[in-house]
Amino acid sequence: MGENMDRTRELTCICCPLGCRLTVTGNAETKELNVTGNTCPRGADYAVKEVTDPRRIVTSTVAVENGVLPVVSVKTAGDIPKNKIFLCMEQLEHARVSAPVSIGDIVLPDIADTGVAIIATKNVKCK
Amino acid sequence: MQIHDIVIIGGGPAGLAAAVSARKHGIEDILIIERDDQLGGILNQCIHNGFGLHTFHEELTGPEYAERYIEQVQEERIRYVLNTIVADISDTEKCEEASGRKIKLITMMNKEQGMVQTGARAVILAMGCRERSRGALNIPGYRPAGIYSAGTAQRYVNMEGKLPGKEVVILGSGDIGLIMARRMTLEGAKVKAVAELMPYSGGLRRNIVQCLDDYGIPLKLSHTVVNIKGKERVEGITLAQVDEKGRPISGTEEDISCDTLLLSVGLIPENELSSQAGVDINPVTNGPVVNESLETSIEGVFACGNVLHVHDLVDYVSQEAAAAGREAALYVKGLMKKKGMEITLKGEQGVRYTVPSTICIDRMDKLQIVRFRVGSVYSDARIVVYAGEHEVMELKRRIMAPGEMEQIQIKREELQELADSHILNNQLVIRIEECGVKKNG
Repeated sequence: MGENMDRTRELTCICCPLGCRLTVTGNAETKELNVTGNTCPRGADYAVKEVTDPRRIVTSTVAVENGVLPVVSVKTAGDIPKNKIFLCMEQLEHARVSAPVSIGDIVLPDIADTGVAIIATKNVKCK
Repeated sequence: MQIHDIVIIGGGPAGLAAAVSARKHGIEDILIIERDDQLGGILNQCIHNGFGLHTFHEELTGPEYAERYIEQVQEERIRYVLNTIVADISDTEKCEEASGRKIKLITMMNKEQGMVQTGARAVILAMGCRERSRGALNIPGYRPAGIYSAGTAQRYVNMEGKLPGKEVVILGSGDIGLIMARRMTLEGAKVKAVAELMPYSGGLRRNIVQCLDDYGIPLKLSHTVVNIKGKERVEGITLAQVDEKGRPISGTEEDISCDTLLLSVGLIPENELSSQAGVDINPVTNGPVVNESLETSIEGVFACGNVLHVHDLVDYVSQEAAAAGREAALYVKGLMKKKGMEITLKGEQGVRYTVPSTICIDRMDKLQIVRFRVGSVYSDARIVVYAGEHEVMELKRRIMAPGEMEQIQIKREELQELADSHILNNQLVIRIEECGVKKNG
């Protein structure tokens, strides 16, 4: 209650290099929102999503045992809620995988209770 | 001595795409020379996503994007050598009987063989770029530990699993600086500020939103670091606002304590090898001067990717490299059309440079891509191409910024018509003209 009620938010659209300055007014909880400043429908969609359910793909690294590199790069298989990013990072800090690792390997099946998996984005051979 | 059809110097995104394209255009004997211990170049440490939207229509991370091309190189059984650095490119005395062309001599070194030489019918320069260093910036103070280029810090964090510091200030808002602001924050460091000398960021807008705004990291435009404190290790920096000429304004100094300063202050194409070989360098891009075929001032030597001019997106590097690979293949097979009238492209009024620098109508593509960067931020402006007084084409742009590469496509048919009717002599001028008011910030 309260925080998302009838407030105005200024956003920069990230859908394309134009970077339209968007203004979103209305109630995020009831999704009665009004977007201005966008020059295409994608901008309006982005603004609504950004205000009601902001999500991000998270990329990071996970420690590798016995690999030619000490860490392997990973990403969330899909976007996760923005407020779960730091929980995601905390869990990644404790994760370990053993070489060999291949692109697409599932490192963790469900990160930060989002139902989204963490997958490897690099091939790491054994030492 | 072994003679290869095409030798490609550099196994990063440009070299890989050039190799794949040359093979698709019928060249069997290709050798890629890479100085690192793996292919893929800088993409290996760019673990963030956003690569490949144009090429593969999905958002990939750097290593994934590189792997798509490495797989193609391996499937095509294109030869490559790793841990090998090229020391010199020159002409041999040997001419090929069929073409009368001189064979090029590549001198390279590695641990196993020492110094070795190989011949090439064509060479593709794909060495990429390197970061501008602190030495080029003249910040006073001691030389304590804790000052890194943003790319070095990126390598430490993403490939070696080490965090260079806990409290960070970043000077320069190029994309690598922005990406590292987020990366260091996610790894638990406190990024106190990103300072940018110019009144606008040099990075992509989406990176400012996703890397700074998302984490509440302040972007201080028209600011620079005027002092670095600490003798053994960085203890803090002094930030000051600058005037329109980039000079610090006294009285605006602000001390920020930190143990790490990252520099993201520009990229420089790595052309020592090219210059040594006698390739003409454009002083604006620091990359070779090339024609429509991406051929340098030396016949049979082509250039693509960040060694030619610094790109904003890897997708454009791959595109450009594929064109260089195709042209080199045509050259080797003797299928390049004869050179006709050469038209010089001249960037004026906001257009800092163009790649290519010249176009030959007989050799150009149906649609010739011309890439450039603008000198400042423009809104509601148009890109106009002139042949003398005649307006050849115009393109309206809502916004243009120095951090983003611009491109236009010039039609061969149109140029041919203009040349036939003597409207086009030997120069095309590209200008930015304003529909609205020019903005400085």
